[in-house]
Amino acid sequence: MKVHESDARQIFADRGLPVPPSRVATTPNEAAAAAAEFGGLVVVKALVLAGGRGKAGGVKLADGAEAARDAAQQILGLDIRGEGVRRVLVAPAVDIDREIYLGVTIDRERQSAVVMASAAGGIDIEEVAAATPEAIQRIEFDVARGVEAWQARAVGFALGLGGRQVLSFIRILDGLVRVFMECDASLAEVNPLVVSPDGTLWAIDAKLNIDDNALGRRPELEQLRDADAEEPAEARARDAGISYIKLDGDIGCMVNGAGLAMATMDVVKHYGGEPANFLDVGGGAGADRVSAAFAIILDDPNVRAVFVNIFGGITRADEVARGVLAARESMPRAVPLVVRLMGTNEAEGLRLLADAGIQAERSMDAAARLAVEAVQ
Amino acid sequence: MSILLDTSARVVVQGITGRQGTFHAQRMAEAGTNVVAGVTPGRAGAAVDGLPGVPVFNTMAEAVSDTGANAACIFVPPPFAADAILEDIAAGLELIVCITEGIPTIDMLRVMPMLQASSSRLIGPNCPGIAVPGANVKVGIMPWEIHAPGRVGVVSRSGTLTYEVVQHLTDSGLGQSAAVGIGGDPIIGTRFTDVLELFEQDDETDGIVLLGEIGGGDEEQAARFVRERVTKPVSAFIAGKTAPPERRMGHAGAIVSGSEGTAAGKEAALREAGVRVGDTPREAVELLAAQLR
Repeated sequence: MKVHESDARQIFADRGLPVPPSRVATTPNEAAAAAAEFGGLVVVKALVLAGGRGKAGGVKLADGAEAARDAAQQILGLDIRGEGVRRVLVAPAVDIDREIYLGVTIDRERQSAVVMASAAGGIDIEEVAAATPEAIQRIEFDVARGVEAWQARAVGFALGLGGRQVLSFIRILDGLVRVFMECDASLAEVNPLVVSPDGTLWAIDAKLNIDDNALGRRPELEQLRDADAEEPAEARARDAGISYIKLDGDIGCMVNGAGLAMATMDVVKHYGGEPANFLDVGGGAGADRVSAAFAIILDDPNVRAVFVNIFGGITRADEVARGVLAARESMPRAVPLVVRLMGTNEAEGLRLLADAGIQAERSMDAAARLAVEAVQ
Repeated sequence: MSILLDTSARVVVQGITGRQGTFHAQRMAEAGTNVVAGVTPGRAGAAVDGLPGVPVFNTMAEAVSDTGANAACIFVPPPFAADAILEDIAAGLELIVCITEGIPTIDMLRVMPMLQASSSRLIGPNCPGIAVPGANVKVGIMPWEIHAPGRVGVVSRSGTLTYEVVQHLTDSGLGQSAAVGIGGDPIIGTRFTDVLELFEQDDETDGIVLLGEIGGGDEEQAARFVRERVTKPVSAFIAGKTAPPERRMGHAGAIVSGSEGTAAGKEAALREAGVRVGDTPREAVELLAAQLR
């Protein structure tokens, strides 16, 4: 789950990071009032969860209240990668001498938590990393022990910071590691960490992504979820324990397991069809969840056929069959249904379907071809 | 013998009194697995439906000392599953298979240094487990009846996709030497390269099917390993070619992995390493079959 910058700034500041004050505004007038309160040059930023907002025109500098009003006017209502801008953040601008990149995340390849830092921060950090990976300083650390002061110090000096700045840097890094640990983050990032001409360090951006698996034990973070920034059907699916992503095709897919769900989309496409969605009904889904998945798929008006592809392991084919039959009873509209059902308790599942007049397929390829034919 | 598992496995099911634990303990026993005990804290002495001779203990240490267990299969709910893995490491189990899906990543990061300092082998979490048809033994949740003894090794990040390919291998008469689901989580105990190495060394394996998916850099790492170390034929399928571009993790994801994790990038890396890549799971099996015949 992504956390809005306004909330992330507060979480970072609570752990000692030097984050400039800020206000959230929903109208140009509120933005003007915030700029007047801060005085001087301010930055007005779109509060969206999508990345790349700077390049999309979602960040502007403004000198004074009137300029801030104009900037907010231009940014509010923008569409940034499909996300409408409903709020802006206003903060005093900081003079920039240098921009540093600092992030804490998980390195899958090394199976470790890792701090990354670079003297070449800012919006082109990915290009820097690709072209000169040696320009990225790394500290892999044991989450039970955290980062040692000497490691932070060494990175601080490698970034070209002076003695007093290194002391601030150690506190900042320590705070960011605490954010990572205490929020069960998958990413805690300051980009850029600014060195101002007087030598002071400022965290002028805050990015925080939370591990979805940990939200159950972080109710205070779950409350920061922005339901409005999500596709309503995707939010509904999540509440039912289903992973759903809407796509543009017309063959609704209901599958168990993320890998098979993606493979099902690939095979539908291979035989000339267009999947309407990714849907993983989850391991061990019962009849209720299967019914809920049907309702979500059929809410998409583009769907003209439903392809059920279940290979049960922890999921039981008989439970799925009951869900399919219950869903068929209450289908809001009739569309062709292709069922491929195998695996745990397969015989019982197939018998239930056959009794109700549904002949299930055995092969995913054959079933995908039938689904594609059904919409042609 | 095949890899990771043979008839000497004496398996404890953790969470055996839960719905999934009981059901899959029964299925494992039916397949021929020697299920010697269950562990559910606070339920010592409980009876397990359908498994009258299987005692339940409060702790893994008791289960090991009473039954000589050497393997565990974990069905414990996500908030407690990492702790179950640590308990198994402390009890000195050789093989730990963690089925549980949804373990917080930081919990797994805590487990990793303990695991690396031990002699235990962890498969998963968020995986279907291991099946060795020739030895009549499985530790996990895969449907047993789709398997057939054979000489093809399967290694996969996805559970249900593993079943798909196992079924094709059985239908085509090739069967499996072993099928290993390594799990779909970012932090896992055993990776593609570990299993590729085991299959390369295994006298009972002639060829390998690798099943990957978008995200991360494990398939690229596997490709490098195949190029340098694997002499047996390998085919692959990468799921997610038609998936929308991955929802980005901010800058750090790309900086860490040095790759975008796309299906196209993974397929190219595997092809360069001499791996035959299929457009569908069935095609991946057919490509391997053509090389083995």
